[in-house]
Amino acid sequence: MSPDVETPAAAPPGVVAETQDPVRRRPRGRWAPKITGARLLLIVLWLGSWELSASTFLDPFYYSKPTAIGARIVDWFTSGTAFGSIWEQMAVTLEEAVIGFVIGSLAGVVLGVLLGRGRFLAEVCAPFIKAANAIPRIVLASLFVIWFGLGMSSKVATAVVLVFFAVFFNAFQGAREVDKTLIDNARILGAGPRQILMTIVLPSATSWILASLHVAFGFALIGAIVGEYTGADKGLGLLINHAQGTFDSAGIYAGMIIITVMALLAESLLTLLEGRLLAWRPPSIATEVQI
Amino acid sequence: MTSPGPSAEGDTSATRQAAGPAIELRGVTKRFPTRDGRDYTAARDMTLTVRSGEFVSVVGPTGCGKSTSLSMISGLASASGGDVLVQGRPVTGIPDGLGYMFQQDAVLPWRSVLDNVATGPRYRGVGKKEAREQAREWVHKVGLGGFERYYPHQLSGGMRKRVALAQTLINEPSILLMDEPFSALDVQTREHMQDLLLDLWSGTGAAVVFVTHDLTEAIALADTVVVMTAAPATTKNVIPVNLERPRRVEEIRLEESFLAVYREVWNSLRQEVEITRARGAGNVA
Repeated sequence: MSPDVETPAAAPPGVVAETQDPVRRRPRGRWAPKITGARLLLIVLWLGSWELSASTFLDPFYYSKPTAIGARIVDWFTSGTAFGSIWEQMAVTLEEAVIGFVIGSLAGVVLGVLLGRGRFLAEVCAPFIKAANAIPRIVLASLFVIWFGLGMSSKVATAVVLVFFAVFFNAFQGAREVDKTLIDNARILGAGPRQILMTIVLPSATSWILASLHVAFGFALIGAIVGEYTGADKGLGLLINHAQGTFDSAGIYAGMIIITVMALLAESLLTLLEGRLLAWRPPSIATEVQI
Repeated sequence: MTSPGPSAEGDTSATRQAAGPAIELRGVTKRFPTRDGRDYTAARDMTLTVRSGEFVSVVGPTGCGKSTSLSMISGLASASGGDVLVQGRPVTGIPDGLGYMFQQDAVLPWRSVLDNVATGPRYRGVGKKEAREQAREWVHKVGLGGFERYYPHQLSGGMRKRVALAQTLINEPSILLMDEPFSALDVQTREHMQDLLLDLWSGTGAAVVFVTHDLTEAIALADTVVVMTAAPATTKNVIPVNLERPRRVEEIRLEESFLAVYREVWNSLRQEVEITRARGAGNVA
C-alpha cells in the first residue's frame, strides 16, 4: 500500500546517526589527543622510574626491570620456552579459559533465569547457592587436579566454577527485575510462556548478563591459570609456576603481561558483542567511562 | 474486520445487533491481601455492561479501583466474587480478541518500531515477513511512517504511545481496554491521540472500556460515561453521551450539549472526589 515507505516525510533524516555518534564521541573527541598523551606520559614515567631504580638501588633479582622483562618476552617468542613454543602455551590456556567460559556462562544463564522466574525453585535452592558461593572456590582447583588429572579438563572445571557464579547471580537478578507490564502486555498480545521467556525475559536480562560476562572472562582466565599453576604439563600457569621455582621474577612478569594482553583482547571482543546486542539502548549509557 | 480502514460498515451493525453484551460485570468484588494481614477491598458489587461497538469511559476518584476492573476483564487478575463475562463467557484466562493498552510504557525497548508493532502477529504464529507487512501498514495508520527502524528510546512519549496503539490494534481486538493511556502526554499531543483513536476505532465494532480521570477526554470519546464511587468502587451512575460522530475532540468540547453532559458527570463525581479527599486528609493527620 505504500511505495513511499522508505522516504519518510516526517522523519528527520539522519536522526539515528546524530543521536548515536556525536553524543557518544563528543566528550572524548575533544580531549582525545590530550588523553592519549597523558596516558603515554604515565607509562613512560612508571617504566622509566622502575628501570632507573632497578639499575641503581633496587635489586633486580627480586624486582626485575622493564628491559629484562621485555627481553624475556622476546626470548619466549623467538626461541621458545622451557616447555616448547610460547604460542602453544597461550593456545592451551586460552582454550581452557574459553571452554570454561562458555560452559560456565551457559550454565549460569540457564540456571539464573530458571531460578529468577521460578519462585518455588529459588526458595528451595537459595541456601545451597549461598553456601556454594561462600566456598573458596579457588581451592577446588586442587581437588579437580586429583579428580581429572593434569590434563585440560581440570583447568576447564576450575574456570567453569569461577565463571558460573559470576554469571548466575546477574542472570538471576536480571530475570527477576523484568518489568511486569511488559510481561502482561506480551500475554495480552498472545504470547505463551515460552515466548515470554524468549522475547521478554531473556532480552530484559541481557544487559545484566552481558555486564557479568566481562568479569566472567577474567575469571575464566584466572581459573585456567590457577589450574595450571596447581598442576599441569602445559600452559601459561605452568610457565609462571616454573619461573617462581627458578626465582625468575622477569619470567613471572612476562607471563603476567601476556595474560593481561589476552584478557584485554577478549574484553574488547566482548565489548564489541555488547555494542551489537544492546544497540537499542539509549547512547547515554554507552558514554559512561567504563573501568 | 480483517480489512484495513473503516470500510466495514455492514459488519459493524451486524456485530452491534449480536446477542448479549460484549463485556458484563455482575456484582463483582475484588479484595487484595495487604501487608498487615487484613484484606483491602478495591471493588465491591461492581456492575458494568458494554455492548459490542460501544465506547464506554470509566471515571472515578483517584485510586478507586478503575484499573482493577480492567485487569479482571482482561483475565490478568481474577475476581474475588461475582461474575465477569466477556462475549457471554466467564473469564478464566485472557479472552480471545482482547486488546489492552496500559498506562505505563509497554513497548519493548529492544525492538524497533516495526518489530514492536509486529509482536502480536508473531506471537500468534504469523510468519516474520507477513507480520512485518501488516506492521508496516499499521505504523502508517498511526502516523509513524518513516520511523519503522527507530528504537523506542529515540521517540517522544507521544510517538511511543502511537507504537503501543498500533501494537494493540494490529490484533484487531473486538474488546479494547485502555487504562489512562494518554495521561502522561501534554494536552495537544493527547488531543491528537484521542482523534487518532476515534479514527482507528470507528467502524471496527470493537467494544471499548476507557479508564481516565480526565472528564473532557471521557466525554469526548465515549458513548457512555460510567462514574465510579470512592473506593471500594461500585458503579454510581451511567450517563449516556448523545453527541454525534464523527467527532473532533478539540471542537466538540466547546459545544453546549457537551457542557451539559460535563456538568452532569461532574455533579455525580464531585461527591466521590470529596470523600476521597477527606480520607486522604484523614490519613495524613
